[in-house]
Amino acid sequence: MAAATAQAPVAGTLAPLRATGRRRAAAKLLALAVLAAVLVPLAEAHWPGGAWPGALTVDLSGPLGRASDWIIDNRDSHPLFLYFFGYVSNAIVVGVRAVYLVLLAAGWAGVTAAAGLVAWRLAGLRLALTAAAAFLVCGLLGMWVPTMQTLALMVVAVLASVLVGGLLGLAAGLSERTHRVLRPVLDTMQVLPAFAYLLPVVLVFGIGVPAAVLATVVYAAPPMARLTALGLRDADQGVMEAVASLGATARQRLFTARLPLALGELMLGVNQAIMMALSMAVIASVIGAGGLGDRVYQALASVDVGAALAAGIPIVLLAVVLDRTTGAAGERLGAGRDVPRGPLRGWAGWLLVAVLTVAAALAARLAGRLDWPGSWEVDIAEPVNRAVDWMTGHLYTGVPYVGGTADWAGHFTTWVLDPVRSGLQWLPWWAVLLIVAALSWLIGTWRTALTAVLAMAAIGVLGVWKPSLDTLSQVLAAVAVTLVLGFAAGVAAARSTRLERWFRPVLDVLQTMPQFVYLIPVVALFGVGRAPAVAAAVVYALPAVVRITTQGVRTVDAAALEAARSLGATGGQQLRQVQLPLARPALLLAVNQGVVLVLAVVIIGGLVGGGALGYDVVFGLAQGDLATGLVAGAAIVCLGLMLDRVTQPTERRAGKGA
Amino acid sequence: MPRPFRSGARAVTAGLTAVALVALAGCGAADMTKQSSPFAGARGARTVTLSVQSWVGAQANVAVATYLLEHELDYRVDTVQVDEVPAWDALSQGRVDAILEDWGHPDQEKRYVEDKKTIVRAGGLGVTGHIGWFVPTYFAREHPDVTDWKNLNRYAKMLRTPESGGKGQLMDGSPSYVTNDKALVANLKLDYQVVFAGSEAAQITQMKQFAKQHKPYLTYWYQPQWLFRKVPMTEVKLPPYKEGCDADTARITCAYPRTPLQKYLNAGFARDGGRAAGLLRKFHWTTEDQNEVSLMIADQKMSPDEAAKKWVDGHRSVWKRWLS
Repeated sequence: MAAATAQAPVAGTLAPLRATGRRRAAAKLLALAVLAAVLVPLAEAHWPGGAWPGALTVDLSGPLGRASDWIIDNRDSHPLFLYFFGYVSNAIVVGVRAVYLVLLAAGWAGVTAAAGLVAWRLAGLRLALTAAAAFLVCGLLGMWVPTMQTLALMVVAVLASVLVGGLLGLAAGLSERTHRVLRPVLDTMQVLPAFAYLLPVVLVFGIGVPAAVLATVVYAAPPMARLTALGLRDADQGVMEAVASLGATARQRLFTARLPLALGELMLGVNQAIMMALSMAVIASVIGAGGLGDRVYQALASVDVGAALAAGIPIVLLAVVLDRTTGAAGERLGAGRDVPRGPLRGWAGWLLVAVLTVAAALAARLAGRLDWPGSWEVDIAEPVNRAVDWMTGHLYTGVPYVGGTADWAGHFTTWVLDPVRSGLQWLPWWAVLLIVAALSWLIGTWRTALTAVLAMAAIGVLGVWKPSLDTLSQVLAAVAVTLVLGFAAGVAAARSTRLERWFRPVLDVLQTMPQFVYLIPVVALFGVGRAPAVAAAVVYALPAVVRITTQGVRTVDAAALEAARSLGATGGQQLRQVQLPLARPALLLAVNQGVVLVLAVVIIGGLVGGGALGYDVVFGLAQGDLATGLVAGAAIVCLGLMLDRVTQPTERRAGKGA
Repeated sequence: MPRPFRSGARAVTAGLTAVALVALAGCGAADMTKQSSPFAGARGARTVTLSVQSWVGAQANVAVATYLLEHELDYRVDTVQVDEVPAWDALSQGRVDAILEDWGHPDQEKRYVEDKKTIVRAGGLGVTGHIGWFVPTYFAREHPDVTDWKNLNRYAKMLRTPESGGKGQLMDGSPSYVTNDKALVANLKLDYQVVFAGSEAAQITQMKQFAKQHKPYLTYWYQPQWLFRKVPMTEVKLPPYKEGCDADTARITCAYPRTPLQKYLNAGFARDGGRAAGLLRKFHWTTEDQNEVSLMIADQKMSPDEAAKKWVDGHRSVWKRWLS
């Protein structure tokens, strides 16, 4: 997931930077103040009042509604659909179907054997056992067929993402101009909530697997493109020079030097594409993806957390297995060595994998056990539901001294969410723009500030100023909670290895568990409204923040720490005066990641009473009212862009350029 | 020597373009409104894809239909959860074969059944649906006059929540459901705020929690619904429904109608669907039947398949008629 963008902080160079930085910040603020002094009275004279002026909005519902009607009426006759989108859709259906049939033909024995053997070939024996066990658990949970459907969809979506992302990355890696054009686009796509992608795809393709695959590709291709470009551009200059001096053609240079050198990044890109695609599996079920995601979605309709978990666990397992396998393969390829030991080496190894897989599949078929036997299934739904019932029954209200979760939620809503929301909505619109400009300019350049302000202004122009500020207030509250908890846990984990070891599996699960699974327990604990949306967002964003904080604090320059220790600083002093200041870049990154992840879930919170933009998107999808949904989706895009620019330090984009 | 590479690339591009053009011209049109689900009909099985809406009553219909199709007629059934309006689009494209419970969508019916003729009517489900405002019966018993809308304003203070901002809370559910509640609250001058739970699951969870605490609440809800057996609720009387009083939804001041729920089939499936299409056409049961299955699924947490089996075993005479 997105957390993989963490990088080691640049330590030891901060003190001189900060002095000049402060002077520059003052200059920027002064410039803004002058600008505001000129523009604000003008704006105030033209459009008095606090909310976004009605004269500056554009009503898109008419044209959008007509466009949607036109598409539905012409989908079976217009050449654009018959000769282009029709083929795209057809190719996806055929592809998914082909993979699905192969998986079914292999049967559970064949698929499990293949997973284990491929993992062995790529990553060693331990992962092989994990992979095989994971698939057996999917069967045990009674989820074999949905798992295969999801897997078929994932295979096609990931292949398409790798292909599209790889080609884009290749273009960006080889041509400076393409890189300059693509970079901001990819940057932006990376921060958008998945929910915002659904509507445009549904508009063209209708509900179903093609739409689900395409939404997944749009979501999963950007990291592949970024990492490919990064790998190609970072190729060792010395090697390139040597190859060129040997008289290699451009094509030879690319295939014999640049691509092999970038192999590590390419595999990391594949790994990221897989993780993003899997995290989309459940969200895409809203537009008809089928498979595991659909099981989670259906279980939620009958408020059956246990059944939702039974379908959620296979997703987590798939994610863990694929992540570890591709990660290990990437490390090996990047280091330029093959699997060192064991019988599975070289091409003969692959042949052996294929032969053993076919043998396993045939054996199961001959034994008449091609389908997963129903008697081997275990029902976990009931005990889980009982546990959830007990928890919500006892924690909801009236717990002595601390009060119940519902009371907390009520207080949180009245004392935090309501004041923040009414505060934001009370601010005049130009003041909001000014604050956005000031924050993003202080942390970035005038360019990023301009992007942020324009994005915020676009929200006003779209006519969804008020609901957007409502969503923003939820994001701010959730980010605050996430950061307090995340920094505390992260610092604690950085100081205690044992604690970190305890955290790791929990964080793994929280990060890959589909958000839909914990939406219902969250409602049972916090009631319907904005509080459960905030709670779900905190749960989702916390792992990334904890991870980045831990890593940032831990990788602080050892020499600086040693120096502080020799001066007799206590543990607390070391933390406050050395570790935290030096980990500042990592902490800023944690804030940025936290904001992006929180926004993604606050939107999904529209399903549990979060209201605002999230509700509008859900409404648009549910009613086929694309005007409402698309406008809200666009506003979410703008909000995400603004929040990212306001929290993203410029060092990061200047540093790596990927 | 970059030259050969360049011209080679150009040749390749030209070749690819030519191939693509030939492919496009040769294969003709690809109509995506006639592509079925990739998971349908695997391994030579005859497959039916049913749309499940998000409420449990719809799950009950689908569970029983699925059970009969699989065990009596030897079909394989895939189910997809789709919201009501998109389900019409999916049905017209053949991504799903049937909708078993529709609450009335005149716009869609006109577009797909009458104009495009991609969907055909398949008769009634036998269940009558009704939407209304409800309060829990324990609350209605203590305050009998709350069941008339004219007295609602007096209870607004008791029905306040953190989300309703100083007014009483009227809880609405999934955005996919038919609702005039915002307009009703405004037009009847009620001191209430409509709070959207965002999904039926969230709404049910909240109502169960309220009931456990014995707290009063006012909610948009509908019959038939299994939750009535768990949390008894009493309807609040709104100004009575008259034919056509809901024509202008912005100025509406009347209650919701009673809707006989309808079934629809994809036109192609209705033609070529064989015995499966026949079964789905004849599928017709009562509100009690549906509630019985719903309750097994939602409350006793039986899997839809088990619940369907139990009902099928006990009601042979009912479903035998559907197979004839």
